Amino acid sequence: MTQRIEARFEQCRAEGRAALVTYIMAGDPDPETSLAILKSLPKAGADIVEFGLPFTDPMADGPAIQAAGLRALKVGQDTAKTLDLIRRFRAEDQDTPVILMGYFNPIFVYGVDRFLSDAKEAGVDGLIVVDLPPEEDDELCLPALKAGLAFIRLATPTTDDKRLPAVLANTAGFVYYVSITGITGAATPDFGKVASAVERIKHHTPLPVVVGFGVKSGAHAAAVAQGADGVVVGSALIDALKGTLDEQGRATSRSVEAVTTLVKELSDGVRSVVKRAAA
Amino acid sequence: MLKQAGQAVSAQAQPNSFRTGPDEGGHFGQFGGRFVAETLMPNILELEKAYDEAKNDPSFHADMEHFSKHYIGRPSPLYFAERMTEHLGGAKIYFKREELNHTGAHKVNNVLGQILLARRMGKKRIIAETGAGQHGVATATLCARFGLECIVYMGAVDVERQKPNVFRMNMLGAKVVPVQSGTRTLKDAMNEALRDWVTNVADTFYCIGTVAGPHPYPAMVRDFQCVIGNETRTQMLEAEGRLPDSLVACIGGGSNAIGLFHPFLDDKAVEIYGVEAAGHGLDKLHAASLTGGRPGVLHGNRTYLLMDYDGQISDAHSISAGLDYPGIGPEHAWLHDMGRVTYISATDDEALEAFQLCSQLEGILPALEPSHALAKVIELAPQKPKDHLMVVNISGRGDKDLFQIAEHLGNTIA
Repeated sequence: MTQRIEARFEQCRAEGRAALVTYIMAGDPDPETSLAILKSLPKAGADIVEFGLPFTDPMADGPAIQAAGLRALKVGQDTAKTLDLIRRFRAEDQDTPVILMGYFNPIFVYGVDRFLSDAKEAGVDGLIVVDLPPEEDDELCLPALKAGLAFIRLATPTTDDKRLPAVLANTAGFVYYVSITGITGAATPDFGKVASAVERIKHHTPLPVVVGFGVKSGAHAAAVAQGADGVVVGSALIDALKGTLDEQGRATSRSVEAVTTLVKELSDGVRSVVKRAAA
Repeated sequence: MLKQAGQAVSAQAQPNSFRTGPDEGGHFGQFGGRFVAETLMPNILELEKAYDEAKNDPSFHADMEHFSKHYIGRPSPLYFAERMTEHLGGAKIYFKREELNHTGAHKVNNVLGQILLARRMGKKRIIAETGAGQHGVATATLCARFGLECIVYMGAVDVERQKPNVFRMNMLGAKVVPVQSGTRTLKDAMNEALRDWVTNVADTFYCIGTVAGPHPYPAMVRDFQCVIGNETRTQMLEAEGRLPDSLVACIGGGSNAIGLFHPFLDDKAVEIYGVEAAGHGLDKLHAASLTGGRPGVLHGNRTYLLMDYDGQISDAHSISAGLDYPGIGPEHAWLHDMGRVTYISATDDEALEAFQLCSQLEGILPALEPSHALAKVIELAPQKPKDHLMVVNISGRGDKDLFQIAEHLGNTIA
């Protein structure tokens, strides 16, 4: 349902600011804690929430998200349980867009048609599937768009002007610009280059452009918010959560709060940058 | 319509030729493809273009032939294994002696091709993944020969169990990075190599060691390995005046097998057997993706994978680190579904027995990988008449495995 995504960006534009997009892993460190965190995110200032589908072999992710996925798998998280958590989130929050982010194999094995109908029914608004470039649009992108789910594409520093139209062709909701060539949670991007890259993409699409990879603090978020329509933060939140886990990797009383504290800082960073509201 | 996982895919129409794949998108039937992050797509398209140009450039082929002959030592012999033949009392058995290549395995055929291609593309930094270390050693060797920087990703578990090859790579000037993520074996080494590539796209060439990964790798690596089958064809015609009746090769990712098989795929009378690693047994831990897996998507291609109900990749097990991978090349997946190649499997114990028999009868220590193929030769050959010509690919030599074999046989090497 792309309407929820559009409405949320519209609201941010009206408030003259960029959107804050947060990523956490479903089932990390256990299903109930990850649901509690998910529910706390909008209250702490997140505008859009991304929920990671755990996968054993996350080829584009750095150590933080790799470990988060393995923690979730260890307690038995799977695709069906992740959709259940979203269903429970949606019962209390009908407005915050939920994006599922992960790799194709668990979705392929679940069955594409069944996955799309279950995801939509659970209240998912969009999908980010890292290992499905436009060359493989028949697999999930086109069926997802047909089913009314946004298929959000990643554009990267290696996506040149010649390739951009193909990358943007079947996308909806927003465009996710990957700020670096690299994996999640690794290098900090050059914020000046990021702004010009966003501008380049905006020449090709009316969709909002959000920027992720390497954003770790409120100051980073503010720097990215200057030039982008949204800021994505993932690994830093997962690191904050991980810092509260006990020796067995279990949640403690500080777990939810550690994440919301950082989200508030990020939200303040995003909100410190006043943008001209769209005419 | 997409084939869903687990769905039966037999009874497909047979193509006029089995040798025309893949299609433009890199598909062999439903298998193959380009399932990679957007950051890598421009690189993959650049590689495809560069390979297409090289393929049609006589100077590239001249370089390949020159180094194959003078550096690798090709052609490798097709050897009549007389005592093994007598012992088994059936088919006439020939060994394709890939273990005699420089660096001791078939891996170098592919690495030579990719390194010559990297040079054409002006890439100075080479990365590779390795399991047993044979592909890593071959890559380190060619990088030393051409003065290129070489980084080899190797699971920390494999670094521990293949120490001699780690030392060899170090001596050749390569940097071996022990991979601590996931299960710390070959699949994680491939994940880490992909993470490196995504980070260093501009100057780096990823030299994949088998017929897997995103298009064009499965087709390109196959083309570089087809020298095995092409030579076998010529050599068998010289030796016997006709084509072989059957071919046998072991399969992890499947590069030595496809190299032997591909030139014979359209010779319908030639029986073809691929041997997967059945580990402790197919009902226990194993690495037989076709026999025990189902279609899924990993490392850039759709193929048969070992995985759980949720699509999470399972741990593979084989005594042979070179076969210890939860997937298989997409062309094999297709040949399996089409029924052109018969895929069977051999356990750790069967491979160990075959290793000993071959060593004692022929004076050749095969690697544990081709020992799996030999294990099925021991089973198949006695069922065939004496004029049946059977070729088995001895894809590597066993020196690297001696410590491990000694341990399994209850001996120790001082």
